[in-house]
Amino acid sequence: MTSLGGGEYVIEVLYIISAALFILSLKWLSSPATARRGVFAGEIGMALAIIGTLFYKGIVDYKWIAIGLVLGTIIGVPLGRVAMTAVPQRTALSHAFGALCVTLVGTAEYYQRTPSVPKFTMSVLSLEVILGALTFTGSLMAAGKLQEILPQRPITYKGQNFVNLAMLLVAIVIAVTLVRDPSRTALYPPMVLISLIFGVMLIIPIGGADMPTVISLLNSYAGLSAAAMGFVLESKLLIVAGALDGASGFILSVNMSKAMNRSFTNVLFGGFGQLQTTAAAQEARPVRSATAEEAAAILSAAGKVVIVPGYGMAVAQAQHKVRELYDALTKRGVDVTFGIHPVAGRMPGHMNVLLAEADIPYDKLLDMDQVNGDMPQTDVALVIGANDVTNPAARNDHSSPIYGMPIIDVDKAHTVMVIKRSMAPGFAGIDNLLYYLDNNLMLFGDAKAFVGNIVKELSGNSGGH
Amino acid sequence: MKADLISSLYVFMLAAFIGFEVIRRVSPLLHTPLMSLTNALDAIAVVGAIILAGEQKSQLSTILGTSNIVGGFIITDRMLKMFKASKAPKQ
Repeated sequence: MTSLGGGEYVIEVLYIISAALFILSLKWLSSPATARRGVFAGEIGMALAIIGTLFYKGIVDYKWIAIGLVLGTIIGVPLGRVAMTAVPQRTALSHAFGALCVTLVGTAEYYQRTPSVPKFTMSVLSLEVILGALTFTGSLMAAGKLQEILPQRPITYKGQNFVNLAMLLVAIVIAVTLVRDPSRTALYPPMVLISLIFGVMLIIPIGGADMPTVISLLNSYAGLSAAAMGFVLESKLLIVAGALDGASGFILSVNMSKAMNRSFTNVLFGGFGQLQTTAAAQEARPVRSATAEEAAAILSAAGKVVIVPGYGMAVAQAQHKVRELYDALTKRGVDVTFGIHPVAGRMPGHMNVLLAEADIPYDKLLDMDQVNGDMPQTDVALVIGANDVTNPAARNDHSSPIYGMPIIDVDKAHTVMVIKRSMAPGFAGIDNLLYYLDNNLMLFGDAKAFVGNIVKELSGNSGGH
Repeated sequence: MKADLISSLYVFMLAAFIGFEVIRRVSPLLHTPLMSLTNALDAIAVVGAIILAGEQKSQLSTILGTSNIVGGFIITDRMLKMFKASKAPKQ
């Protein structure tokens, strides 16, 4: 694109407009009030870019473009219509699609240009393909774990990090060799293959609760590989879109790792699922429990209630029952809000989407810092399907593996009620000190059924209070 | 290094900073739609795929890119439609 003809100017101008629309699109996403306008801006930007590309003079055959666009739409529509609970695996799957797309384009470019590939182009091309290939298989693994096709339990073995690092190193050595001599085409397939295997190995040690961090990280990788592709194709629009996506994934990864109290290097080198603790044999300590009737009485007498949902709520499909509880309490004049920990759910913001789907107004969905300030003035904190993110050991117990992790301070509320199937420890395998506190009541049972019973109790004596 | 390459690096650097500043302001409330939207935008890689398809080289990548664009925009909009304020939106 060194000398631009008249037609190419048009293409470039369309690309600049769509890059601007992409930035506006993300800017409007900052608030729920303007967010849908943001999607619209993104759609227009995308349409302009695709229309512009169709005028590219190198195109000799429109048949395959048309087939690709039609087939892509046929596949894309059902992927856009999945249930909200399936959004994490859908997102992982689309990371895989995007990464495979980038890897294929990079591979085609390599075989087209070899043996005369400039050093810089070959470097970014290698980066594009390595990141693309590992994101492709890594995201497929993540999607499989989220869909529960693959075991969710982390698979670890001795020397795992060493094997992974060695593989990555080999891929990089091959890449460097190719940069010095791009004509050695025999080295290209092994580089891709090792990256594909590396993607698998990176995800096998990761358990379900670490998924928010992993999805964010894969998002970042997908963005960076697209930006690298922009350098290969000398397309500034691709560089902009890739940089935006990379930045978004990076910010989310940092947020998630902070929320889990992991260092960012720990995340980058795939140090997930390392939180295996030797859950010391706890002597049976007394806990207090309550029935649905008692819980309903406490809730209806409260002035301010904070509900703390976790992934367990989504697993039990309890969100619609929770909405009924919200309605019943709000009708009685109780102020009900939701306190959502950043890593609640299987991807960033997942819990908000599920609660919004259950018609809970978004201004009632508060983040950790917002609810923690008000916790001492809260009458009842109701924990549904969350565990480790409410454990006061993270604040007080220096020896705890989760010490330092930011938590929702439900223990500071006047009364805490925890709906839980049994006393089994959470994901991190740590005993939750919350359950033994004097102001804590355990509500043993299935989240959906128990919340349903509370609602029944509340509506049964609605005349009271 | 070619001038074109240097200007590309500038574009990357500036876009990364804009990305950080814009995305930092996205409420945690909308982090899931954020990810599905950036995913759709990232599928702009389809422009590279279209050129290749037009040169009769790779067809699969156009399909993959297009499905991400279509699916990503649809699901983002579906999610955002669900976010409703209670009466008068605060903030």
